[in-house]
Amino acid sequence: MKLELRGITKRFGSLVANSDVSLTVMPGEIHCLLGENGAGKSTLMNVLYGLYQAEAGEILLDDKVVKFAGPGDAMAAGIGMVHQHFMLIPVFTVAENVILGHEPTKFGGVLDMAAARAKVREISDQFGFDLDPDAIVGDLPVGVQQRVEIVKALISNAKVLVFDEPTAVLTPQETDELMTIMRALRERGTAIVFITHKLREVKEVADKITVLRLGKVVGEASPKDSANDLASMMVGRAVDLEGSKTAAKPGKASFVVAGLSAENRSGTKVLDDVSFEIHDGEILVIAGVQGNGQTELTEAILGLQSSTAGSIQLNGQELLGRSVKSVLDMGVGFVPEDRTEDGLVADFTIAENLMLDRADRKPFVSGLNLQLKYLRELATKLVSDFDVRTQSIETKAGKLSGGNQQKVVLARELSRELKLLVASQPTRGLDVGSIEFVHEQIVKTRDSGLPVLIVATELDEAVQLGDRIAVMYRGKIVGIVPSSTPRAVLGQMMAGIS
Amino acid sequence: MSEINVKPEASGRAAKLAKDLVSGNALIPVLAVLASFVVGGILIALSNENVQAAAGYFFARPGDLFNAVWQSVFGAYEALFRGSIYNYQADNFGDGILSLTQTLAYATPITIAGLGLAVAFRSGLFNIGGTGQIIFGAVASAVVALYLPIWPGPLHFLVAILAGVLGGALFGGFVGFLKATTGANEVIVTIMFNYVAVFMLHYSLTTWLKAPLALNPQSSPLPQDTLYPLLAGTKYPLHAGFIVMLLAVAGVWWLMNRSSVGFHFKALGHNPSASRVAGINIGRTYFLVMAVSGALAGLAGTSQILGTEKYLGTGVAATYGFDAITVALLGRSNPIGVLAAGLLFGGLRAGAVTMQANQNVPIDIVYVVQSMIVLFIAAPPLVRSIFFMPKSKEAKA
Repeated sequence: MKLELRGITKRFGSLVANSDVSLTVMPGEIHCLLGENGAGKSTLMNVLYGLYQAEAGEILLDDKVVKFAGPGDAMAAGIGMVHQHFMLIPVFTVAENVILGHEPTKFGGVLDMAAARAKVREISDQFGFDLDPDAIVGDLPVGVQQRVEIVKALISNAKVLVFDEPTAVLTPQETDELMTIMRALRERGTAIVFITHKLREVKEVADKITVLRLGKVVGEASPKDSANDLASMMVGRAVDLEGSKTAAKPGKASFVVAGLSAENRSGTKVLDDVSFEIHDGEILVIAGVQGNGQTELTEAILGLQSSTAGSIQLNGQELLGRSVKSVLDMGVGFVPEDRTEDGLVADFTIAENLMLDRADRKPFVSGLNLQLKYLRELATKLVSDFDVRTQSIETKAGKLSGGNQQKVVLARELSRELKLLVASQPTRGLDVGSIEFVHEQIVKTRDSGLPVLIVATELDEAVQLGDRIAVMYRGKIVGIVPSSTPRAVLGQMMAGIS
Repeated sequence: MSEINVKPEASGRAAKLAKDLVSGNALIPVLAVLASFVVGGILIALSNENVQAAAGYFFARPGDLFNAVWQSVFGAYEALFRGSIYNYQADNFGDGILSLTQTLAYATPITIAGLGLAVAFRSGLFNIGGTGQIIFGAVASAVVALYLPIWPGPLHFLVAILAGVLGGALFGGFVGFLKATTGANEVIVTIMFNYVAVFMLHYSLTTWLKAPLALNPQSSPLPQDTLYPLLAGTKYPLHAGFIVMLLAVAGVWWLMNRSSVGFHFKALGHNPSASRVAGINIGRTYFLVMAVSGALAGLAGTSQILGTEKYLGTGVAATYGFDAITVALLGRSNPIGVLAAGLLFGGLRAGAVTMQANQNVPIDIVYVVQSMIVLFIAAPPLVRSIFFMPKSKEAKA
């Protein structure tokens, strides 16, 4: 089925989320919708799915104008959506989830589970999904859950499938498998809209690319275009994706972790004999799929993890057993993975957030009196140094975009006297422009002669930032390799194959 | 305790409270008060005998009913005004202004205790233990006043007040300590401690603290030199506790807006996880918040016994502990707002007496009005829909 969007315009108050957006997707085509966070990709797809009503423009299916009052209409017309956040019920089986909303019944309204199972098997076999209809969805890996979502869309005979940022939660292997599935669907004649901001994936599977920026179509691109060109179109200015990172000039090994082990509350080992060292002027990336002990590792360094054994030494001094405050005092800068939860107080102003960890120190305080004049001066300077886009230093941190929030966190941490920088997924959820800035700052910190520890869940970031990469799997370091190691090898290591 | 690595509980509930208090529409409390007075008016009319009688022959002479309603409601609120602000029916200004001084005297303990709870609320802790902390402060203060008469007057007075503050601080701080070390929920602990305090007070006043010849459970009269000096002569109930209250308002404002301690309190209230990562000692901060909160409640207790009652009785905390919660919420936990809300409650308290005496309106109507205020504040959507205000951002999202 051919999908065409013509001149779609969608406003939220004064904000124009989509402005005169047109898009044509042919059957048997993978059409990438590329754009930064906030470019209007999701809004456009929500208009298509009937969740929003556009102010102007029309939707055509096979050249016939259609109107959707809600997702039900869209589904009936053959449009399926695989959401970024799965819409599955974890305690239901695969088959139960798939039939939810249009349950097959036998005579007298009895649920026909046999038919449901058969249907799931049929689709699963057709595309090699390898799904067990009776598995409980909550027990399945994320990648498999996503296949359940796809089956859900296919079972209602979707001819147009929309994937909204589908790879955000997947391991590299699972991402590859998803690409294979998308190609198989294309062979069958399904029209696919693939929303993403990851250039590698775009180049791999896209037949056509439409780039959105600030709600407008800025142009079409070909998958043969270079990643730098695509990124430039997305951001609207020249972007250097590879970064101008020079080779590291490592000094002495100043940060040494030896035999670090930790258990969680239920007694499971979350860190298992972790050992590594980082040299001055070097970036070590801990790569791995989320949930393999990285969070516990950074928490242990910061003094947040209580039940740990082993040793963590910075310049010969033991960090383990110290309070968070004393670890920070020793010169450990920390950028947490969840900046809104752990990095910032959303209801505090930018200025207040900049002194969050130092409010009881000189020169921020004299006696018990906060030195608000000093804070204002410092905040004004940091906001300009770190390019935080804001109207005022009195703006609440929660009102900033993700990129600007991260800049506030970086400004706070890097403006201290540091001996070590620990940053956990420092670019998670950021747009290309902010990623560039954050990477620059991290490399600059390294070049000032500090050891830097980065936790990365995406291979791109690991390879780009790391001087060396330590791969973590189930609380263990699988191996420490140079960043020139082939991605396939790294991917296998991340899956636990050493 | 400094090395205990406390995991903050999920930030959602507490942070939401702190956020609601600070970011909510400032019009809501005003409208809540207004709406409560309307509801109060309806109840006054319904309970009035003339209105009931006039309703009986409504179809014969409907005008009588409207007249009776107007008479009863206007009369009651007019009496409320006379009893709380200025009695223009009095012979001279001196008698007329007595009402206002009564309002200020009633407002003093409510406001001070309200400030204490406001500190806790802004820091994300639901301190429901105002009653218990007032009682503990009052008992500590009374014991010092009664049994340590060795010092010269002014010193004795100061030590008695200090004892009250410390008593409240220890009783409150202990809850913070329990929360920090065991993760105990402060709501449940403070509520239970209210019972502990009430019954221990009753026990003490029937045994070792009981005045030798008294029939009721109450202490001997407190020595004159330990009492708050009266500010406007013996005719008026206004005492120096009122000055202390104003100082407390300024002090809490400074604490929460200008000091590093208050900054940590607020950070904890808005986002405990980020506070922990920023190296703020969560356990110690829980303790400090509850100690400061309890100290203010204890101070409120001293104003009650050393200023108003002049002895320790079982009714020392009266409903102040719970009124203080309302006052803190109505004042959005902002010191100036708490002062305004405290004065309103003091006025209601003072005026209710006149209302009952002159207009035969049951004093309970005032409690109903107070409760309605709580209800309206606790249900901003209700207030919004009554007054056709736009939805809050969160409700839209």
